[in-house]
Amino acid sequence: MIENLVSRRNFLRGTALATAGLVLAVQLPGNTRRASAAVGEQSKFIPNAFVKIDDDGITLIMPHTEVGQGIYTSSAMLMAEELEVDLDQVRVEAAPPDLKKYMDPILFDQATGGSTSTQSDWVRLREAGASARIMLVGAAAARWGVPADDCRVEKGVIHHEPSGRSLSYLEVAADAATREVPKQVPLKDPSQFRLIGTKAKRLDTPAKVDGSLVYGIDTRLPGMAYATLAIAPVKGGRIASMNEAAARAVKGVREVVRTDDAVAVIGDHMWAAKLGVDALELTWESGPNASVSTQAILDDMHEASLKPGVVVRDDNGAAEAIRKAKTKLDAVYRSPFLSHSPLEPMNCTLHIGEDRAELWVGTQVPVRAQKAVAEATGLPPEKVTVNNQLMGGAFGRRLDIDTIEQAAKLLRNIRYPVKLVWTREQDLTHDFFRPYYYDRVSAGLDDAGRLVGRTHRVTGSSVMARWAPPAFVNGIDPDSLDCAAETPYDESAVFADYVRHEPEGLTTAWWRGVGATHNLFVMESFIDEMAHATGQDPVDFRRKMLTKNPRALAVLELAAEKAGWKEKLPKGRGRGVSLQFAFNTYLAHILDIEVVPGKQVKLLRSVLAVDCGIVINPDTVRAQMEGGVLFGLGTAMFNEVTFTGGAVDQSNFDNYRILRINEAPKVEVYQVKSVEKPGGVGEAGTAAAAGALANAIFSATGKRIRSLPLSQAAV
Amino acid sequence: MRKLTINGQVHEVDMPDDMPLLWVLRDVLGLTGTKYGCGIAQCGACTVHLGGIAVRSCQTTMDMIEDMPIVTIEGVSNTPIGAKVQAAWLDKEVVQCGYCQSGQIMSATALLTENPKPTDTDIDDAMAGNICRCGTYVRIREAIHSVNV
Repeated sequence: MIENLVSRRNFLRGTALATAGLVLAVQLPGNTRRASAAVGEQSKFIPNAFVKIDDDGITLIMPHTEVGQGIYTSSAMLMAEELEVDLDQVRVEAAPPDLKKYMDPILFDQATGGSTSTQSDWVRLREAGASARIMLVGAAAARWGVPADDCRVEKGVIHHEPSGRSLSYLEVAADAATREVPKQVPLKDPSQFRLIGTKAKRLDTPAKVDGSLVYGIDTRLPGMAYATLAIAPVKGGRIASMNEAAARAVKGVREVVRTDDAVAVIGDHMWAAKLGVDALELTWESGPNASVSTQAILDDMHEASLKPGVVVRDDNGAAEAIRKAKTKLDAVYRSPFLSHSPLEPMNCTLHIGEDRAELWVGTQVPVRAQKAVAEATGLPPEKVTVNNQLMGGAFGRRLDIDTIEQAAKLLRNIRYPVKLVWTREQDLTHDFFRPYYYDRVSAGLDDAGRLVGRTHRVTGSSVMARWAPPAFVNGIDPDSLDCAAETPYDESAVFADYVRHEPEGLTTAWWRGVGATHNLFVMESFIDEMAHATGQDPVDFRRKMLTKNPRALAVLELAAEKAGWKEKLPKGRGRGVSLQFAFNTYLAHILDIEVVPGKQVKLLRSVLAVDCGIVINPDTVRAQMEGGVLFGLGTAMFNEVTFTGGAVDQSNFDNYRILRINEAPKVEVYQVKSVEKPGGVGEAGTAAAAGALANAIFSATGKRIRSLPLSQAAV
Repeated sequence: MRKLTINGQVHEVDMPDDMPLLWVLRDVLGLTGTKYGCGIAQCGACTVHLGGIAVRSCQTTMDMIEDMPIVTIEGVSNTPIGAKVQAAWLDKEVVQCGYCQSGQIMSATALLTENPKPTDTDIDDAMAGNICRCGTYVRIREAIHSVNV
């Protein structure tokens, strides 16, 4: 069917094209209504790093980057709530690289990841809005000679009702700029919220439905050329030979530039560049990693997992409790290397001059991006301008700057703007991969079927040690046992250790859901094993271990009720549950599937119950749950990256399958009202997927999946 | 010189016969709403209408176009159904990263033009060629059902 869509036959089956019709009234956030007062040059009011009021209107600076998760809208809502403006009165702008102003206080970097954005910004962005409002109101009150407390603000207009006067923010911006930034910034009680908690429309969507949004890959500059590249298929490999003349002979090719391990062809357009690369007749020296294979890595990991690791949790007595237990369980779980494969391939546009450089890219780490270009060009970082663009997905891939570094090295001596675009194949085969994890787990249950002791050893690469070395302390990667060492359940005898194992020939990276995605597959599958081994209902077994965790219990009960957990399933159907506390959010997932022998497992219905504390935008929470769980389910169904002879075996979406609409289940999301601090939502759904899927397969078939992806298991 | 009619406008381009329409649109004409995702007709991000039919512009070369009119995401709002699809996309807040959505909207518009009341199976058949990495499928389905052609 998919092939049909592009067939010649379809081309010729043309129907008359409908013409005319209404034009959508869509607007960019920046084109919206402004306060009408004429203001002069001097009216620039920048009370803090996040708010700017000037001739362009009200601009909110976004400390976190928009990768599709809706953070531009949520961040704007936090500020607009206290600034007392509506979302259609503001424009939003990406923060420039500036660690002092825009560091994420949880990640200790100007970075967007780990579902921390709202948790980091919950207080500081509301304070930024409130602080600006206090100064603006103060300026108006001073001009009128009235107490500020007698003024009120609505939609960016300050009113003094006793005298019937009003002034817009723009009219008092210049005055406000001379006032002191308040030291005390009282914030609204949640009961007073008018914007937070509403399904406010996303600010970035209008430009995403009419094709006008410029992603990094859409950058166009005067005099710009287009480039694509070929990179050594094996990490550490080098170019052995190439026919540069043949590439230069291709019509539209301008230049060929190279480093030891990569070559880029620059041309008038991507097609010329691509034909140029094809014409190079490249041969490669494989280098030291020529014998790397998935099987060899796995064998090494198996060996490594037999030795003790660094102890992460030791309650004393876990091993003893298991030894004495009535029911003992031991298992090995395996989670494969994964690619991020955001739909917008890696790209980077650079204009490098003698004394400055400018970069257009979508990055989750603008300061690192700036530094990468500075180092490659020898320019000081302040001479590198970063134009951060909205991203066509990231999922952790754009937390690394290897591609920007590579682009800057290749284009170092080119003095006109060049847009370098990775083909899907070069992108996928040179991704930084989610680590392979090898987990050894054991548990003991007593006569009454109660969990009395549990051990968990994770063997795998530490992304933290590479990406944030200061957070890798005493050999412990806090991410690697997230959701494994500590669980929502009542547990008193847990032993957890970590064996760091760095595979040769590849680089590992953050991937959506990070440690939780891997560990919850293992934990929630193993919890299911415990329930079945002792003849207990999986929801009931979990419920009994949640005596001290009312929020976790509440989402579990809600999901069970909405999914109809107790209802009997027809033959061939399966139902699996997964429960988690990750990213400071509670989430229960119940998945219904159908298994027809010889056919792909069919995902039917996914029910999610979430308590992520105070909700900024319930529609964004729902969207992240829907998308997150499908991202995780598709991955668990189909995806693994494997290596042969040091090179990645997968190359594009034909052999690295992405879940399609005809394979997607129905998704229902139920949200628990809460007054707790906000938790993260961007990754929770992904982490909730694989465990529920494996448990549903067990429910349907009696077969336990302990190794992903599912497509490699005979179900 | 070849004449291409794109969104009702005639463009003269001098590009090789085997050059995919995708790169002519994006790099030669500056119509960057049509996206590159895979280059092998697996993801649908590059979907445009050629003679009213949804095609993958990464596989549609210059010599295949003849005199058929081309509509891209930049021009789809000029068709009544395209405009309704875009409105439905906004109403249902379908979009996340948005990178696939040009292609999704082009495929959905082609579907609804031919079949005003598609069933879930019809939607599966027409839309399975369009990957959404963010997983907005639930809302794509809702949005298509909500369009009143």
